[in-house]
Amino acid sequence: MNPAVKNTLLFAIVGAMILYSGFTQSWNTALLILNMGLISAIMALGVNLQWGFAGLFNVGIMGFVALGGLAAVLVGMPATPGAFAAGGWNIAGALLFGVATIVAVVLTRRAMAQGWARGTVTLALLIAGFFFYRALFDPGVEAVEAINPAGTGYLGGLGIDRGLWVALAWPVGGLFAAGAAWVIGRTALGLRSDYLAIATLGIAEIIIAVLKNEDWLARGVKNVVGLPRPTPYEIDLQNDPGFVENAALYGFDPVTASTLFVKLAYAGLFTVVLVILLILAQRALNSPWGRMMRAIRDNEVAAEAMGKDVTARHLQIFVLGSAVCGIAGAMMTTLDSQLTPGTYQPLRFTFLVWVMVIVGGSGNNFGSVLGGFLIWFLWVQVEPMGLWLMELITAGMAEGSALRAHLIESAAHMRLFTMGLVLLLVLRFSPRGLIPER
Amino acid sequence: MDFLNAIIALSNFVLVPAIAYGSQLALGALGVTLIYGILRFSNFAHGDTMAFGAMVTVLVTWLFQSWGISLGPLPTALLALPFGILGCMALLLATDRVVYRFYREQKAKPVILVIVSLGVTFIMNGIVRFIIGPDDQRFSDGERFIVSARTFREMTGLREGLAIKTTQGITVITAVIVVALLFWFLNRTRTGKSMRAYSDNEDLALLSGINPERVVMITWLIVAGLATIAGVLYGLDKSFKPFTYFQLLLPIFASAIVGGLGNPIGAIAGGFVIAFSEVTVTYAWKKVATYVLPESMAPDTLVQLLSTDYKLAVSFGILLIVLLFKPTGLFRGKSV
Repeated sequence: MNPAVKNTLLFAIVGAMILYSGFTQSWNTALLILNMGLISAIMALGVNLQWGFAGLFNVGIMGFVALGGLAAVLVGMPATPGAFAAGGWNIAGALLFGVATIVAVVLTRRAMAQGWARGTVTLALLIAGFFFYRALFDPGVEAVEAINPAGTGYLGGLGIDRGLWVALAWPVGGLFAAGAAWVIGRTALGLRSDYLAIATLGIAEIIIAVLKNEDWLARGVKNVVGLPRPTPYEIDLQNDPGFVENAALYGFDPVTASTLFVKLAYAGLFTVVLVILLILAQRALNSPWGRMMRAIRDNEVAAEAMGKDVTARHLQIFVLGSAVCGIAGAMMTTLDSQLTPGTYQPLRFTFLVWVMVIVGGSGNNFGSVLGGFLIWFLWVQVEPMGLWLMELITAGMAEGSALRAHLIESAAHMRLFTMGLVLLLVLRFSPRGLIPER
Repeated sequence: MDFLNAIIALSNFVLVPAIAYGSQLALGALGVTLIYGILRFSNFAHGDTMAFGAMVTVLVTWLFQSWGISLGPLPTALLALPFGILGCMALLLATDRVVYRFYREQKAKPVILVIVSLGVTFIMNGIVRFIIGPDDQRFSDGERFIVSARTFREMTGLREGLAIKTTQGITVITAVIVVALLFWFLNRTRTGKSMRAYSDNEDLALLSGINPERVVMITWLIVAGLATIAGVLYGLDKSFKPFTYFQLLLPIFASAIVGGLGNPIGAIAGGFVIAFSEVTVTYAWKKVATYVLPESMAPDTLVQLLSTDYKLAVSFGILLIVLLFKPTGLFRGKSV
């Protein structure tokens, strides 16, 4: 079969699966799958940049996604009145001072000759810097967190909440993620490939720890809710006589129609972002730059001998890929209109995206997009399927048996197992994925 | 007197917990480093291997407890440990047979093996959660303390108490025995020497007639033992919860890398470096400082460098420093 036909068919099948869940379950479910599928596809695109183009193994996707979510809060939420005056300047000053300390340490290290004197000075600078930093930082945090802790207790953000301007948070999320990626890339790239994996695993956990514990930043585990949206609100639509009339025309009641309309609006926005990123990724893949990347991936030594700066190119694509994940993270937080740091799990945000890329076809942008939709669909549907399977298995057992109760209760954990199995099976038997690299 | 009190407080809150935690990390890091040395990839499934071994041990412990078998003052889990190790060995050998061997024969790149091990991680994690559930499980029994804080205070008349938990004592003793056995095996036996030879230079080892499959099999068996022991000791000391074992991965990797990947002595040193830094950086030094400093200088804050929630950040920070300045680790490891 002609590859173009085959690929169209694959996309059509996934589309049909989502439509089918719309007919059998509900259209709200189907649209939710579609929206999260679009976001997953963007994450997969970002990881495909890193893995498919350059062979970089990043297991810190969760962290970059969460940073994107932080951007949605910092851009969208209104500034807490009085918070900046109370402690914001202290915190900002402390953070600047921290950065300045690190820069000073780096500069001193460059200026001084190697030896015990340099070590002592470095250590002294770091220790003194740390105590100054804490002396500035702690009172600021205390002051900010004291402001109405039940409702706000954080600095708040820029308060950009008008219509499409909300989407400004998305590129900002990309920038945040890119910054973190740059720091990690500078340290871990150029070393063994495993080191990048371990370093990204670490940074992801730390970003989540920061989000959970720094209440002044985004309220920590108290969560920020009610983030502004780029789409209209359901309640406004239901109060709009024109909308109700139109809904009635198509035979919908106003409540269902308004929820569907909002989800469709999101789907439209997300599709625009996905298409833009996909076009950019395709152009990058087929440009001289993309060919160079693949050449580096396939044989680093040869590429280096041709005069390519392998580490710099790796850093470049690592930052780009992480930025795409950050954009997706900001979009997801906007869609949920809340930031809940407690829900970020490596399984859901790192591993699942990896399964998407590998199953879809690493090195192929369309493959990762397809993988994003397909695996997200499976992820949502495996749970009811697992429960159904367990009920089938345990149907013959006695009604009150402990084993039966345990099996049915454990069905929720089937997801992990299934996704691990899917990854291993694809890697073993079809390592090039559904839509292989050309 | 104040000085003595300071030392006791320091031992109670820093030294004893850090030594116990360091031993657990060292055992975990030894497993990672052995796999790295022989199979040449970073095994992301190691945390969940520990969880699996510990889970089998927990189940057998419960069985023994229901039969009324116990070790008196020692936790029953010690009796169940061999069964846990056997279960873990079976799992790892099966995984190697079904999953890893294929890639070994293909001579796949290490990064592929790392991805595969990530897949294995989630399958193992799924199995563990499926069997025992995601919640905290307690399985320690027997005497709780070797020395409790109150008896110590009564014995010495000091204001500070020193508590040593039975599990901490067992952890350190077991770790010493296991490490001694491991080094004896690696340095003195024929099989151990063939393993080291294989790790140093695969081609030369093959030329001298070492059977690679046998070396790999023995490595998995040893790793199963180390992982289960580390997992059970950690579970006894804290509590058994599947997800915490995945999070142990970062400190374990940090230990192995800080010491030098592929180097067993490095793994042990790295484990203690990480454990001591984690505990000292996140400990609130107020009590110790109040004893040592003159009254006028006594601190009014907690004197805690970082809150305990940032434990992970400490191991990560050390990892970054080592990666930046000494990528081969403190004890020269491999840097392929």
